[in-house]
Amino acid sequence: MADYLTSWLLALVQTALFVASAPLLAGWIKRVKCRLQNRRSPPVIQPYRDLVRLFRKEMLLAEESSWLFRAAPYVIFGATVLAAAVVPLVAVRLPTSAIADVIVLVGFFALARFFLALAGMDVGTAFGGMGSSREMTIASLAEPALLMAVFTVAMGAHTTDLSVVIERILSHGLMIRPSFVFAALGLMLVAVAETGRIPVDNPATHLELTMIHEATVLEYSGRHLALIDWASQIKLMIYAVLIANIFLPWGVAVQFSAGALLLGAMAVSLKLAVLATVLAVSETLFAKMRLFAVPQFLGFAYLLCLLGMLSHVILEVGG
Amino acid sequence: MTDLQGLDISQQLILLLAALVLFTSFAMLAQSRLINLVRVFAWQGVLLAATTALVAHVSGYSHLYISALLTFGLKALLIPWVLHRLVLRLGMEREVESEGNRTLVQLGGASLVIFSYYVALPVVRLSTLLTRNTIAVSLAVVLLGMLLMIARKEAVTQVVGFMSIENGLFFAAVVSTYGMPMVVELGIAFDVLVAAILFGVVFLQIRASIDTLDVDRLNRLSESEP
Repeated sequence: MADYLTSWLLALVQTALFVASAPLLAGWIKRVKCRLQNRRSPPVIQPYRDLVRLFRKEMLLAEESSWLFRAAPYVIFGATVLAAAVVPLVAVRLPTSAIADVIVLVGFFALARFFLALAGMDVGTAFGGMGSSREMTIASLAEPALLMAVFTVAMGAHTTDLSVVIERILSHGLMIRPSFVFAALGLMLVAVAETGRIPVDNPATHLELTMIHEATVLEYSGRHLALIDWASQIKLMIYAVLIANIFLPWGVAVQFSAGALLLGAMAVSLKLAVLATVLAVSETLFAKMRLFAVPQFLGFAYLLCLLGMLSHVILEVGG
Repeated sequence: MTDLQGLDISQQLILLLAALVLFTSFAMLAQSRLINLVRVFAWQGVLLAATTALVAHVSGYSHLYISALLTFGLKALLIPWVLHRLVLRLGMEREVESEGNRTLVQLGGASLVIFSYYVALPVVRLSTLLTRNTIAVSLAVVLLGMLLMIARKEAVTQVVGFMSIENGLFFAAVVSTYGMPMVVELGIAFDVLVAAILFGVVFLQIRASIDTLDVDRLNRLSESEP
């Protein structure tokens, strides 16, 4: 019983840590990016300040907006936090990841995106509808690739439970799996598209020709905007943790001892820092692509994930 | 049934390289610029040479080192260089090939991989080598080279497709039987080199007579045309 309670407590702490450190990751990416572009960077904690400022500000609601517009930020934030609870950050074998597997995780993302698109259309401005339509187009292309990557990983470990997957990979030791290489690359491309990073979308600008995510949240202000921003930072962190912990699972705590947990926390923050640096470098190197090139980009991601699955069947179990 | 855990690290590396060779075939299908196509082809040569060297290390057949060197020299350096120069000389480095649905062609390629897996299954059961799973991959590389030749109209692309078919055959020989006899290998290598040079001459001829390298135009040739 005591074990049961500790594990739930740990799961709650881990989720809280996840949600609390997501803005830090965003700040770190911004800092590395500024350094690479020879600009002076804002302090790493700037995203927290922005969130606090937005929470304090007055909310403006459009006259035509319905309850949906007001409910959407809470639904989006709630779904994203639930998704974060499923992903093992520091330790595996937590009860939250046993309740919901990786397909549910994809479902949480879909739920959040559905409400984001509805909210974009609710006020009835031209930008909102356009943003929603673009968001759904990209999502419909990214989701098959995401699921394919997830299935590749699941087939390797014979389960869709994320923490069991990580545990299996850890117990096998160092193994070069062609399927994982492809799945990791495909997942990175999907992550870039889904979190609205540079080659696909650039939420830092307000350019009507290219905006996707920004167009859907253009009407939001104050607390609502803060929740949506926070949710998208958490989403970025979820993808980063997925890539870091599935494909390079070393350091993730298997026991609940203090030392193992501390090691896990340190390992995951190191991996995230490196991954964020890679993201910042790639954002500095590549220019934003045309909207019509995005389907090709995502088609390539799908192909990578498909090749991952095929190479798992052909090279790793076949014959 | 090969268990991945039963393989040592260099055998796992061979599997990874096999997957990467397959990936370069897909990358060739995706490229629209001729220069990039030649570059990807060169990378396929590099991967092929690395695989051969690794197989030589695993199997202990030292003659495979020579053929790895030969592959690297010919398929990763010399032939891509010849093709690269040709593309530059014909002034096509900025040319973009426009053709049908590229994503559809790639998905067709993916189904070719599945097809070759099923075709190769009985062959794989006969072999006793640890790297036998890669036979399906080499067959797929051959079929993808053919797909590249069918899907594109530009003569240079078709030549690259032809060369990558040869790469697939060579890969099959290396991974399924640990290499052909040295004489055969040398013969094929120089045949391919001669083919590359002959293709260059033919390109210049086609270009001189119909002013383009689009092979569809060859159908419309007639005596009466000025």
